[in-house]
Parts: sequence; structure tokens; C-alpha cells
Amino acid sequence: MKPGMKLKSAVCDTEVMVIKVAPATVFSCGGAPMVDDRAGDKGALDAAFSGGTQIGKRYTDAEGSLELLCIKAGAGSLAANGTALQLKDAKPLPASD
Amino acid sequence: MDISLLLKMAADCEPERIGLTCEGRAWSFTELWAAATGAARLIEESGCSHVALLDTSSEAASIALFGAALAGVPYCPLNYRLADEDLVGLLARLQPALVIGDVARVRRLGPADGFTLLARADFVRKAEAAADAGREPGAGEGIAVQLFTSGTTAAPKAAILRHANLLSYILGTIDFGSADPSEAALVSVPPYHIAGIAALLSSIYSMRRIILLPAFDPEEWLRLASDERATNAFVVPTMLARIVEALNRLDPAPNLSRLRAIAYGGGRMPVELIDRALELFPNTGFTNAYGLTETSSTIALLGPDEHRAAHQASDPAVRARLGSVGKPLPSIELEIRDDEGHVVSAGAPGEIYVRGPQVSGEYRERSALTSDGWFPTRDAGYLDDEGYLFLSGRADDVIVRGGENISPGEIEDVLMSHPAVADAAAVGIPSSEWGEAVAVAIVSKGEPSSTDEELRELIRVRLRSSRVPERIARFEALPYNEMGKLLRREVKRMLQENC
Repeated sequence: MKPGMKLKSAVCDTEVMVIKVAPATVFSCGGAPMVDDRAGDKGALDAAFSGGTQIGKRYTDAEGSLELLCIKAGAGSLAANGTALQLKDAKPLPASD
Repeated sequence: MDISLLLKMAADCEPERIGLTCEGRAWSFTELWAAATGAARLIEESGCSHVALLDTSSEAASIALFGAALAGVPYCPLNYRLADEDLVGLLARLQPALVIGDVARVRRLGPADGFTLLARADFVRKAEAAADAGREPGAGEGIAVQLFTSGTTAAPKAAILRHANLLSYILGTIDFGSADPSEAALVSVPPYHIAGIAALLSSIYSMRRIILLPAFDPEEWLRLASDERATNAFVVPTMLARIVEALNRLDPAPNLSRLRAIAYGGGRMPVELIDRALELFPNTGFTNAYGLTETSSTIALLGPDEHRAAHQASDPAVRARLGSVGKPLPSIELEIRDDEGHVVSAGAPGEIYVRGPQVSGEYRERSALTSDGWFPTRDAGYLDDEGYLFLSGRADDVIVRGGENISPGEIEDVLMSHPAVADAAAVGIPSSEWGEAVAVAIVSKGEPSSTDEELRELIRVRLRSSRVPERIARFEALPYNEMGKLLRREVKRMLQENC
């Protein structure tokens, strides 16, 4: 896995782009590991990971070493190695172009 | 992923919102996306290795940019102001290419072998007809954009920007969908300039409507800003000078009350001009953006609050920041290094080096990056105690007189402070005594004009004797390119002939 690649939720509509990743990370959404491409039916959403994702928002771990950008919203929420990722605050810059 | 992701997200999020207006026609994000998917199909069918745009700004530039991204082919907007012989040389480097725009000129220039030609209207119509609803952004492993540098000091180089460079710039500086639906950005920079490309990408990702002005004219800019209710604009310094001048002339004055933000860059901004603009637009936030083609646009910026603080400051150090380009973006690293490559301390001049995911530093022929990923910009400058970056010109423009490095900018700034000097350029010319001697070209204003002795004395007092020009010549005007960049090669030639 590397920055710039797309991952899809196996249980909801969520799609993300990987921004930062560390070796041996398993990203999950809605409680199920995310996949490169979803084949067949969606699995069941885990109620413990059902907060939902928002398009255009970034999600990160406590250390800031992992980061995902949501490019399509869905009903599941994101986690890395079983730990929920948090919404990252935007630090807006003035428009420069 | 490829940069078409930016447009796809906007189209998914707000399908009906207007993303672009040009010459009376409005395009929703969905319409732009549909046309881009159709363009991708045309590009693939043409079998081209490059998509070239030879045209002024229009919806075709956006459609070609994102269509090329989807098709995985580099997008290469060309400078339509180039002389025929220069353009022929660039086209030959793009073969086989799909060329959009001035097809009559390409046909006239020579063999159309290896070129698929489409006039703007044909391209847009065919792209719309070929729309492919199911298309998704691709992996984006390759080159998104190839831009020929303006070649003010040497032959044009083909700078390449990868999808990863541009995406990291946009994602690192802009919050998705952060623009209110009432916001609109007036884009008047040409499509072949990095600022023109960055304007499209950043406006679309923030979902700020783009208002295109195909050919810059100050009165037309003011009319469009007023009629289309522009809230944001990007200009180069020469455009701002002409806008300020037109604003003084027009009666009644256009209504620019909605214009909240003006960003500028692409050349040296005279402090007198920005001071004047801050007074003329008291409610507008000004942002100075410094960047290069090779860095995917902005790497440092001076924001609106810093402009106002410097404008009103009595502390000379704070006041001086109006002439700085602000602080480096948090997403990049920036250092000043001396000739031996050592990082220098605050206040000391040197060459600006940058590193970060948005920095490409790559040309078709070679990469200019150091082994540890730093890009030597060839721009000279220094950082002040608070980390504000000041530019002093291109490193290649430094005058080496008797072993001493002299920045043209410091001489020009002092000359410009003389009331009878409208414009000034300092360059090095060959000297048997010093290696290089300081020569200055002056454009006079008002009466009486400056004398050579006055100017030499001014430099001697404000700087030092080694900066005093050996040669002074007066001209009607200095040579600039259309983006307001001083053509120093040309100034050198003028000064060497004038002796």
C-alpha cells in the first residue's frame, strides 16, 4: 500500500485515498478491512463503526502517522489496525491562486 | 490517483453547482466532468503521447486538463504568443500530439504528420458527445502536466508535474468544498502558466466558481469582476498596475464591494504599487504567492493580515515585510544555502532550496533534485529573523564584480526610490577590469529627470561604492514578457549596444 492509492469499504459506499501509511497497516471501514475493488455484495456494517464518513474530510490516527482522505461518503467509519481514526482539523490558508 | 479526482469529487458532492463561466456560458461541475470523460475517450482514440492546447483560456482548457489526466496522457498548454519558429520547435517535442485550439496556425507551420488537430468548438462538442458516465479517476502514476519554462535566461525547458505533485499541493493547501456558493474567482492568467493551472485545480476543489477572462484587459477585468460578482482574483503585478490605473480613470467606478481577496505573484511587486492597492481596496485581503512551475505553484505566501500589519507599521522591520513573499507553506521545507551548499543563518543571502511532495524539480531531460530530494530554485533570497522570505532575483542574475556578489534587486530598489525614476534594471556587463561591471537601464518619469551623478550618489550613500553603476543609460521602456517578467538578457543587450 502506498500514498495516492484508492481503497473502498467492503460494507458501505465509502472510498478513500491513502495520504499517509506505515508498513503493515490494515485500514478498515464499517468494521471490515478495506479493499482495492469490491466484488459482489457488500458485507454487514459493524454497529461499532457506523458513524459515517464525509467527502473531502481527512481522517488520521493519534500520532498523525496515518491519514486517509474520504473521496466518497458512506455509512461506515474508518479505523486503522482496529483503532478508530479521528477527523483531522483543517488549517485553511488564504487562497493563493 | 490522478488529478481528475478533484473534479469528480466536486461533481459527486454538488452536481448542479456552477463550476465555470466563460463568455456567457455556464458549466456545472457535472457538465465539466462529463465533458472531461468524453475528452479522455477522444484522446485515447487519437493515439497521442501529449495533449497540447494552443489557445486562450476557455472551458476547453479545463476539459482538456482533466480529460488528459483520465486518459493518462500529459497535458501541455503552449504559449500562443510565441514566435512561429519557437512554437515549431516545441510542437516537434510533443509529437504525436492532439492539438486543441488554433489548428489553422499549426497547419500553416508545417507537416501535420503526427498531429490530430481539433479547433476549440469541435473539441468541446465532440467531448460532450462522447461522455462516459461510468468513468472513474485512474491510478495517476505518471505525468499530469508538462509546461515549457518561459526561457527568460535560456532555451525553454520541459518541466513536468506528476499527478502526485499537483494533488499534494491542492490537498495540502485547500479544504474541500470550503467556498460558499456565492464565491467566484476571476481567472485572467493564461492557461500555459502554472498559476493558470493552479487556479483551475484549487477553485474546483474548493468549489469556487471560475470566471474566465480569456485575454486580460484592465477595463474588461473590472467590468467582469463587477458584473459576475467576483469574490476572488489572481493577478500578476503588471495586471494590478493596469487595474489600479484604470480604476482611477473610470467614472463611475465599478462596484467591487464583493471582491474579498486578491492574490498576486509571478513577478516582482513594487512596494509603491501594493501600498497604493491596499489604499484603493480597503476591504480586500491581499495575498502574495511565491512559487515556481517546478514546485506546482505556491511555496510561500504573505497573507491578508500580514499585508495590513506591514502597511500600517512604523517598525521598519515589519514595514519591510510588504516587500517579502511571506512564510513558507507548512507542507514544505525551505532553506537558504550559500555557494558551497551550506545552510546560512537568518539575514544572510543565498540560493533558495525547497523540498516536499508538491516539488517536482523534474524536467523531461533530467531531474534537478539533489540526491536527498531538495530542489535548487536558482532564486536568490534570504529569510529574516521571523522567517519571512525576501527574494533578490534569479541566482543567475547576480552580478559578480571583482569577486563580489551583487544582487540586482538591491540596486533597483534604491534607484526606484528616486522621484524621477519610473523603472530600473541592473545587470552585469563584461568588464576587462572587474570581470563584470554594474550597468543600469533607467526609465524616467516627470521633469526634471535624474542626472547620472545624482543616481550614482544615491547608490553610494544608500549602498556602497562597489554597487555604483559603471554605466547608466535611459530608455523609453524596459522589456517584459506578457507575465510581467523582466527580460534581463534583453536589458543586457540594450546596455551593451548603448555605449
